[in-house]
Amino acid sequence: MWKRFRSNMGAMIGVVMLIAVIVIALIAPLLFPDGPWQMVQRPFLAPFAVDGLPLGTDTLGRNVAAQLAYGAQVSLLVGLVSTLVALLIGVPLGALAGFYGGYADEGAMRFTEFFQTIPNFALAIVLVAIFEPTLFSITLAIAIVSWPPVARLVRAEVMSVRTREFVDAARLAGLSKPRILIQQVLPNTVSPIIVMASLMVATAILLESSLSFLGLGDPNAMSWGYMIGAARTVIRTSWWLSFFPGIAIVITVLALNLIGEGLNDAFNPHLSRKGKA
Amino acid sequence: MTIFAVIVSRLSKAILTLLAIAILNFFLIHAAPGDPAVVLAGEAGAADEQMIEQLRERFGLDQPMYVQLGKYVAGIVQLDLGYSFRQGAPVVDLIADRLPATLLLTLTAFVVSLALGIAFGVAAAARVGKPSDTVLTTMALLFYATPLYWLALMAVLVFSVWFGWLPGFGYETVGANYTGLERVLDIGRHLILPALTLGLFFTAVYMRMARASMLEVSQLDFVKTAKAKGLSDAVIRRRHILRNAILPVVTLAGLQAGQLVGGAVLTETVFAWPGIGRLMFESLAARDYNTILGVFLVSAAMVILFNIVTDIVYRIVDPRIGARS
Repeated sequence: MWKRFRSNMGAMIGVVMLIAVIVIALIAPLLFPDGPWQMVQRPFLAPFAVDGLPLGTDTLGRNVAAQLAYGAQVSLLVGLVSTLVALLIGVPLGALAGFYGGYADEGAMRFTEFFQTIPNFALAIVLVAIFEPTLFSITLAIAIVSWPPVARLVRAEVMSVRTREFVDAARLAGLSKPRILIQQVLPNTVSPIIVMASLMVATAILLESSLSFLGLGDPNAMSWGYMIGAARTVIRTSWWLSFFPGIAIVITVLALNLIGEGLNDAFNPHLSRKGKA
Repeated sequence: MTIFAVIVSRLSKAILTLLAIAILNFFLIHAAPGDPAVVLAGEAGAADEQMIEQLRERFGLDQPMYVQLGKYVAGIVQLDLGYSFRQGAPVVDLIADRLPATLLLTLTAFVVSLALGIAFGVAAAARVGKPSDTVLTTMALLFYATPLYWLALMAVLVFSVWFGWLPGFGYETVGANYTGLERVLDIGRHLILPALTLGLFFTAVYMRMARASMLEVSQLDFVKTAKAKGLSDAVIRRRHILRNAILPVVTLAGLQAGQLVGGAVLTETVFAWPGIGRLMFESLAARDYNTILGVFLVSAAMVILFNIVTDIVYRIVDPRIGARS
């Protein structure tokens, strides 16, 4: 499986790009010890206008390169944590619904359907606006709007695994239902969950940046969306202020999507061959 | 089930969902940090003790929760979404004023992106593995990773600021007072950039779906039969594969409606498009929660209506669906 993933050029490009973003996020404090908020030069400096400021300065004379590096921290952190929280909600709910069926399934699926009907970005806006924008509320809001597809996926997987022979064997061996679910059924649903999770991190990063763009970012955390939002009104004179953070978002999201697709092809060689036939 | 029965069952479900959202809204107001009266008044009310006192009385904030909830939901059923102190008007009026612009934008973006997405997806599937397929799929991958609002900003920069080809701001030329056809054309010119930038992300989504669906259907047995009959590839694609491949794309496209409405908030913000998305953005800065929650409810209603329409169209196009359920 790992061999198949490695031979997928798109996925490997994605891995390289993602590693680059992660490294930049990690060494941001070493590269820019003054942090992203420090005024370093006069405002609106174009890229390369002054040595040491390859991406210029923003409306308040802050170093755009430093802002980008610290923004990577926020994007990756929010993307990762919100996806984990969404998995923590979606996996148990979907697993219980799919494994026990009946009323549990009916109830869980109505609940999931309700959250799927609500326009998810609008709900995220409402949640963050009401609970004040902080990294915590943003992460939680993104998780709350992202879990329904996880629940549906896990439910479908569990329902199909549940009828396999090894589950019957486990039941005959006298294992309790919860143990069968956790030890026998769930491990067999891991690969589609991993694929979905990697794509969810990408979506979460887009959501976080969109919220910050609208002014719903954590005021204490530099983020790419905030940078674009703040530069929106000066786009006519200083295009680079919105251009570079956008490129950073595209690179990160693209990398995660490529990795997700690579994983999907690696887990389902049959499907991927069909796609290339 | 007849179409009529489907409509009735879907509508009753829709009403239940909207009621649930109204209840959710109510609890959100109460869960917000601070006094609900202050929350309801927004920034405008924060300074005025008397107004907050009136609000407390009007919403019965001294009464038990369930009475308050009843009052709130009853208000919404009568289309009372509260009052925007910031804008000095009932929220329903504000939304009704802005809704046509949002409908125009989202429907145009939906139709354009579905048409382009299917066309590109079919084209890519027909040339699978060739360089033109690679170019199309790579483009789709790129647009799929591009933030809507950033694409919109870049489009304004290039087509409006640098080239000056298209207006990048507003709904129509202010002060021109066009009438009739001239006005329609003017709005149309203003619509191009917002609709395209909102639509490009979804074009990418639909293209990927259409391509995958075409490839999947082309593996089925009846396609081999058609080939064995000696039909040309073009005829098989058009008459046999496309017709079967397009249905799942349309259903999935209908399910994306919620995202389209969410995207409209961003697009309208960038282009100063006078729709409910822009209204929501303006209300965020003003902390005008009544309006924010009102737009939220209405956009959910829009999405639900959209899904019902897609479902019904789908049942008319493909009678097998009705027979199965």
